[in-house]
Amino acid sequence: MPPQEQKTEAKEPIAYELAKKQKEISVAEFFTKNRHLLGFDNKRKALLMAVKEAVDNSLDACEEARVLPEISIEMIQMSEFKYKIIIEDNGPGIVKKQIPNIFAKLLYGSKFHTLKQARGQQGIGISAAVLYSQLTTGKPVKITSRVSKKEPAHYFELGIDTQNNKPVIAKEEIAEWPREHGTKVELDLEAEYIKGSQSVDEYLKQTAVINPHVTLIYTNPKSEQVIYARATDKLPEQAHEIKPHPYGIELGMLMDKLRWTESRTLQSFLSAEFSRVGPGTAKEICSNAALLPNTKPSQVSRDMAEKLLHGIQNTKIIAPPTDCLSPIGKELMEKGLRKEIKAEFYCTASRAPSVYRGNPFIIEAACAYGGEIPKEEKVNILRFANRVPLLYQEGACAMTKSIMETNWKPYGLQQSGDSVPFGPVVIVVHMASVWVPFTSESKEAIANYAEITKEIKLALQECGRQLGAYVRKKTKISDQLERANMFESYIPEVADSLAALTGEKKEKILNGLQKMLVKPEIKQEITEEEDSDDKLYRMEFVKPQQENPENQ
Amino acid sequence: MKKQEKKQVKELESLGLKLVQDIEKGRNPTMEFTLRSLSNIVFDERTKTLSLGKKQQQRSFFNVGHAKKFMQTLEVAKVSKNLIDVQKHASLRDVFYMAKRTIPNSNTNIVDEQAESDNAIEDLELITDCSREQMHINANKMGSVAGNVVVEDAGDSINWSKLGSGGWSIPSNVEDIEFKSVKAKYVIYMEKQAVWERLHEDKFWEKQNCLIVTSQGQTTRGIRRLLQRLNDEHDLPIYVLADFDPWGFYIYSVLKFGSINLAHMSETMTLQNARFLGITADDVTNYDLKKHFIKLKDVDYTRLKQMADYDWFAKHKAWQRQFKMMKDFGAKLEIQALSSKGITFISEKYLPDKIKKGEFLE
Repeated sequence: MPPQEQKTEAKEPIAYELAKKQKEISVAEFFTKNRHLLGFDNKRKALLMAVKEAVDNSLDACEEARVLPEISIEMIQMSEFKYKIIIEDNGPGIVKKQIPNIFAKLLYGSKFHTLKQARGQQGIGISAAVLYSQLTTGKPVKITSRVSKKEPAHYFELGIDTQNNKPVIAKEEIAEWPREHGTKVELDLEAEYIKGSQSVDEYLKQTAVINPHVTLIYTNPKSEQVIYARATDKLPEQAHEIKPHPYGIELGMLMDKLRWTESRTLQSFLSAEFSRVGPGTAKEICSNAALLPNTKPSQVSRDMAEKLLHGIQNTKIIAPPTDCLSPIGKELMEKGLRKEIKAEFYCTASRAPSVYRGNPFIIEAACAYGGEIPKEEKVNILRFANRVPLLYQEGACAMTKSIMETNWKPYGLQQSGDSVPFGPVVIVVHMASVWVPFTSESKEAIANYAEITKEIKLALQECGRQLGAYVRKKTKISDQLERANMFESYIPEVADSLAALTGEKKEKILNGLQKMLVKPEIKQEITEEEDSDDKLYRMEFVKPQQENPENQ
Repeated sequence: MKKQEKKQVKELESLGLKLVQDIEKGRNPTMEFTLRSLSNIVFDERTKTLSLGKKQQQRSFFNVGHAKKFMQTLEVAKVSKNLIDVQKHASLRDVFYMAKRTIPNSNTNIVDEQAESDNAIEDLELITDCSREQMHINANKMGSVAGNVVVEDAGDSINWSKLGSGGWSIPSNVEDIEFKSVKAKYVIYMEKQAVWERLHEDKFWEKQNCLIVTSQGQTTRGIRRLLQRLNDEHDLPIYVLADFDPWGFYIYSVLKFGSINLAHMSETMTLQNARFLGITADDVTNYDLKKHFIKLKDVDYTRLKQMADYDWFAKHKAWQRQFKMMKDFGAKLEIQALSSKGITFISEKYLPDKIKKGEFLE
């Protein structure tokens, strides 16, 4: 449209006009509009996400403080779609100054900048729940926290200033609280309570399975209380923080590190900032990158950084330390499974640590078979990442994919092609890592890294072999029983026919046959593997779909 | 009780006594009889019939694979003895229902399908060396015959030419039938009831001075025996009219050489000089029938291959030629395709021409 074009040309360029509207977007504002990215896409899921974030935080805090976690979760229905959730833990508590930031500022946390196995990673979770609460109810979140009996408990009512991503303190006071230490969160939100595979109930049950050291006291909106008691007093090994491994670094991150480092030379930078890099390895990296070891990090240009990255890839560096991980262990995994799932057989597998993109990880798997598990349904898959149940996006997850690509038929389950097998089985897969590669911020599915799927499959196979051995033994025993029963039930028929043919007394023949049942060679016939029947019959051919008149 | 029946009862009793003895002595009760499977079928070049070889099989009760069949065999033995005792006959279907019941305290039936009781009966024939008919077990009447023949059956005199549109229905046991008068030059046996009805309506047997016989599909024992008696006792040649497909060929094969299932009864069943009249591959070309082709299915090809490999066909050039032509056509044909030439084409042209010219396979 030429006339309009001329009109704009007459004025200052349009970009200036547009520039007036261009401004920084606060994270809080961004997530207000994109709440689905954090998992708050609908009322049902919102309830689960809010509980999950609060419980995950409580568990992380307790474990860090080496306290056996005892968490109470209560949900109260205020109106049709309005709920109040109250989560209270016996953790270390939060110092007064940090309370507003932790609960009412997005992307604030201790975990993002460290590489350490923890439930939370980004510092979004609980504040996102607070943001959602504020959006849907306009009410502040109520926090009570106490760090020791020597100090008083602090009570806060908090909101979020979404434009500036800052906490708004609505109320602040010293409170009476019987606990010596711990934190209590009270949150109102728009939600819907359901039961089933993606419910709060299921999430808490699975949490109890994978965290056998945790006690959960759960009161649902119908005022029904469930207590998941701990099965062990052993806290999981403390996970250690590690520096990143060079193999996992990307260009942008490397450049950032180079800009902010306090090291004076490239060589010392490499050995100070990365794990498994000593002065020798650092020198080798530099020479592989064709860079001088005494280059100042601040003078490394983009091109040089790219060379450096290339140098890293071409240098042999030993795998990252794996003591930073805290797997559950076979024994405790079985304990957790046993107390929540009534089965007849349990087996577990724990793989040695492995590495993807420089991040160490461990895969653990377990199976429960039979008992009260439904027989004719698809197997129930329980997925966990750093001890947190994953309830959504089962189809998109590397764990599900690995289960589907494992051949379960040799292990006694039914399976058609590459699909989820059928049978009375619960399959548990747990990934422990300093950095779990989720496919989205709502942490629902694990990304498909070849190294990870390989480890998952190996763990599944290890479980599968134990499962298969059990299933075979079970079928063998039931086959033997069936055979013994078969002979026993046929005996009266045979005796009856023989009596009719010969005029002998039926009782006499019956007793004779029954006596033989216990003879060793006949017992052997019962216990032996079944051999194929004599293929005597059905040699005659009959026109298809036409009955043989001989048979009428 | 007839002499034959006494023998049968005695055979059944001795089977029972042998097994009771086994039990008394603490041995696994076992019956032994000739192996009835393709691996023990012998084609006798001299008599041109199938018969059973010398291989024996054992059936023991305390054997996981045998137990059920053992029980079934004794069950039908008991049924048979009962039938003879009370002087009644039962059909194969009757016997199946007499044996079909659930064993107490189990979820197993003594027999689930008629094939199981039928097999047990055939085994019993081998064990006791008596035919099923002698055990008072008959097949259903499935066939019809028409022509200028008078027979006496169970005291009644029957004229096969005066029985209306249905003809005489052939009983399953024809041993006791007496031929009073036979006025015919040959017999045509056909696979299809519908074709028989066509020929009967056209009074083909009267015009051609022959007999027409049919059953549905596979030939029953009664009909095979009747054909054999007509052939043996009255020197009538037997012509076979079947579909042009592997199954039609097999009907001829069974009539002529015997069947695998009943190889133990070949002597009283086979028709060594039966002739295959049609439909042949040559008919297809001579009568221009290709437009009525039905494509062969995978099962047909498999069956054709098996047929071609049978000992009794393997060296037979004329038959191998038929098999090959069918394979090359990739198609089969029904007898009724001849009706496309006119409804009476088969009776007025096709059959008289073929028989006159002697166009048949042996």
